[in-house]
Amino acid sequence: MIGVLLLGFWKLQVIDSDKYGQMAEQNRVRSIPIIAPRGRMLDRDGRVLVDNRPSFSVLLLRDDPKLVEQYLPAISDGLGVPIDDLRDQLQNTRNLPKFQPIVIKPEASSADLDFIESHRSDIPVLEMLSVSRRRYLPNGFLAHATGYVGEASETQIENRNSKLRPGDVVGKFGLERQYNDILMGTDGMRRVIVNSVGKEVDHLTQQDPIPGKQIQLSIDMDLQQVAEQSLGQRPGAVVALDPRTGEVLAMVSRPTPDPNDFAVRISAKEWKQLNEDPLKPLLNRAIQAQLAPGSVFKIVTATAMLEDRQIPESFTTYCPGYGTFYGRQFKCWVYSSKKGPTSHGSTDLHEAILKSCDVFFYTIGMKMGIDRLSYYGDKMGIGHKTGIDLPSEEAGLMPSEAWVERVFHRKWYAGETISVAIGQGAITTTPVQLARIIGGLASGGVFKQPHLLKDAKDVPEQRFSFSEHTIERITDGMYGVVNQPGGTGGQLRLAGIELSGKSGTAQVIGYGTRAKLSKQKKFEDNAWFVGYAPRRNPEICVAVLVQESGQHGGEAAGPVVRDIVKAYYDKKNRVPAGTVTAEASNTSPVNATAVVAPAVAVKANEAASVETNGNGNER
Amino acid sequence: MKDAAQGSRDYDWWLIAILMAICALGVLEIYSATHASGGLEGMHYKQIRWLVFGFAIMFALSRLDYHLILDQAPLLYAICLVALGSVLVLGSSRFGARRWIHLAGQDFQVSELAKLIIIIVLARFFAEVRSDELDLRDVLKAGMLVGVPLALILKQPDLGTALVLVPMLAVGAFLAGLKWIHAGIFTLAGVLLVGAVFYPPVSKHLLKPYQRERITSFLHPEEDAKGSGYQLLQSKIAVGSGGFWGKGFGNGSQNQLGYIPVRYSDFIMAAWAEEQGFKGVLLALGLYMALLLRLVQNAQRAKDRAGMFLVMGVAAALGFHVLVNVAMVIGAMPVTGIPLPLMSYGGSATLFVFMAIGLVMNVRLRRFVN
Repeated sequence: MIGVLLLGFWKLQVIDSDKYGQMAEQNRVRSIPIIAPRGRMLDRDGRVLVDNRPSFSVLLLRDDPKLVEQYLPAISDGLGVPIDDLRDQLQNTRNLPKFQPIVIKPEASSADLDFIESHRSDIPVLEMLSVSRRRYLPNGFLAHATGYVGEASETQIENRNSKLRPGDVVGKFGLERQYNDILMGTDGMRRVIVNSVGKEVDHLTQQDPIPGKQIQLSIDMDLQQVAEQSLGQRPGAVVALDPRTGEVLAMVSRPTPDPNDFAVRISAKEWKQLNEDPLKPLLNRAIQAQLAPGSVFKIVTATAMLEDRQIPESFTTYCPGYGTFYGRQFKCWVYSSKKGPTSHGSTDLHEAILKSCDVFFYTIGMKMGIDRLSYYGDKMGIGHKTGIDLPSEEAGLMPSEAWVERVFHRKWYAGETISVAIGQGAITTTPVQLARIIGGLASGGVFKQPHLLKDAKDVPEQRFSFSEHTIERITDGMYGVVNQPGGTGGQLRLAGIELSGKSGTAQVIGYGTRAKLSKQKKFEDNAWFVGYAPRRNPEICVAVLVQESGQHGGEAAGPVVRDIVKAYYDKKNRVPAGTVTAEASNTSPVNATAVVAPAVAVKANEAASVETNGNGNER
Repeated sequence: MKDAAQGSRDYDWWLIAILMAICALGVLEIYSATHASGGLEGMHYKQIRWLVFGFAIMFALSRLDYHLILDQAPLLYAICLVALGSVLVLGSSRFGARRWIHLAGQDFQVSELAKLIIIIVLARFFAEVRSDELDLRDVLKAGMLVGVPLALILKQPDLGTALVLVPMLAVGAFLAGLKWIHAGIFTLAGVLLVGAVFYPPVSKHLLKPYQRERITSFLHPEEDAKGSGYQLLQSKIAVGSGGFWGKGFGNGSQNQLGYIPVRYSDFIMAAWAEEQGFKGVLLALGLYMALLLRLVQNAQRAKDRAGMFLVMGVAAALGFHVLVNVAMVIGAMPVTGIPLPLMSYGGSATLFVFMAIGLVMNVRLRRFVN
């Protein structure tokens, strides 16, 4: 029998010795990834918008359930985690392999680390893991544009041909996702000798991680700060861009979650709450809110009228406060105006833009027909994504005869054209679309693709050869909205700045339906204002949406536009001419990064918000 | 009654030398396996203490005429049953089994004592069968004698120790003149039982979940390398990676980094095989073979049937221990929790071996009929 045993040893130790030698080596040597830090995000002046911070997670080694059970009270006590919580975590992870440790506290304090370090020998089931976490600016600053990161999902891992491993942190939303490949570095590797419970006992080789590259955004932190403060906590969105380049200078969406919450760990419950919140805080309204543009669309209708030349430019309508089309009465907004006259009287195109006369544009719509309207709307990008470098952009909708046929299998009712002509009905747009359209029109028909990376090369553009005359008339109209008596944006007037634009007040439901329902805020109007400066070839164009404010576009959204445009010019004029050389202007932003940026920005911002309030009260 | 024992030259010094050599290997490997890991240092000293104590008991037991011990067999048997019964009620529980009883500041594994007593009881029983052939009634009686404590030990549960009782009975019965027909029937029954244990639909009703898991992991160790098959696989890796020459004392990564399960006790042979290689295994197994041969030789020289049965009972128990433990270490048998005699760390087990050898010495000292 001993002989048989010896044969067994002979087989293992002499015949299969190499195989088992390798297995012993695999046991002994463990490759531990060194997480490469993600690249930072900077604003256009080089100030840090998104950064990393080192952090530790507390790991619980579960190889021996009896040991774990024995030390649970001490761990609960030492880390300040309720014991029931620990038990829940163990229960939830009981199906994972036992050798895989679980994170029981994702954000370890220095006291926690001391606790683990000083109890290494008597509580042998704790370990700490060094991690790098994303740090975003507080209060959801720029949150929807930057997006957030999270652990790679199974589909993401499969899609990338297993370059990602489970547990890898990847961009989930916004720029983090869009530029994930740039931001994400290549993890390094450390080969260490570990004992049977995974504790490192010796160190073999190390391959350093390659950090992710940083990206510089076109976002201007100062303008962003003003935009955030000026919109406040009202649900809505802001997009500010430079129509000359398509660079996005500011982007806000409200309400907003704090992406720092996701940078650590978000519980399934909190995540569910965020997803099911009726206010949809995860939605980036700047690119995803598809809403009726209201009177802002009148600019498209006006452009169509001038370019089509079927209707003489001198065309006038008489507005008694309503108009009758196809046997149905359509009210002009002025009819239910609480102050001032309830009719516009005789109006030409310029007046109609200034005062946003519905009856004029109803008539234009009726005369042109939906085909021509939707031709121009479609050409200018309604119903098409702008192509901004953010995931999940929405396209909006430009209704047409073909569209109703395709979707509803019916003919277009001529009456529908009347509503569409003033931006109501089935037509929907996103804030970024409106910023692009209005900015592009004011730039003579050059529509640059909006984007968030600074100094992007070969930005795609769409050129629309409008006659110079059309552009002149349209921009004059929008200049008048702010700067001429009777304009709907008169309160936005800024001395020395040719702020122009168009307001929009879009009904969520029809007037009739509203009367039947009690005045719930839910059904209040959406306020729009899209403004730009200067009046021709603008440097900045801002689209603002304030949802269900119950106020007119000029009142609710206009001041936000004005604040941003004012801040833009304040900043531009602050640079003292002659004292700053090209080199100095290049180096100063670098110095600026050393300053704690948010503090500075908050100051600028308080000033801005005070001003807003002052103006608001004045009105 | 005059003691027939002779002077010190009549001790089996060869046997003692082999014993000490095996103990030395054990202490060396316990030292190697534990000196570098936190919380286990100094284990080899504890083992030396047990060994010294063991030698003392061995010599003491060898002075007491084994006939006196055999006379007390019924009493010892009663003590054995009471102790096994009480451990089920009072014993302290470890790893889900009640095997230990707390005595004089130490935990003792009662089943180790039971093994010794069963050897004595069987020796007396078979010695008193005066015919050349065992009839069925005697076989069944012997089976009952072993069956009751075996059932109690199984209840703890301790399958390994319970199994040790079987070869003691088998060797005794065989030497006492078991009929071939009976041997055939019992072998068949044994084969059926083993078959049942390995056949899941039946084993479901016979075994505890952890026991079934061990069987499964024995049959398919690679399937769950970190779960239940872990121990066997790690043991095989340790043995295999040792190669012919071994990795050297204190250099086995499987041993030093703790991959071998209970490397200082049940799996000490895996640790030894890793660090000392096939040559070391040859030495260790050679020593065990020498030990067993020496025991058989002593049995042949016994003065009477009782003495012969006593020594062969010890040989059967030790031989079975070595066989099952070493087979487990090379993955040829499932994990049963049987320690390797004299090399594995452990108080009760070590004392059992020395007391058993003490009985052997006892028989040898009184081999001359006077």
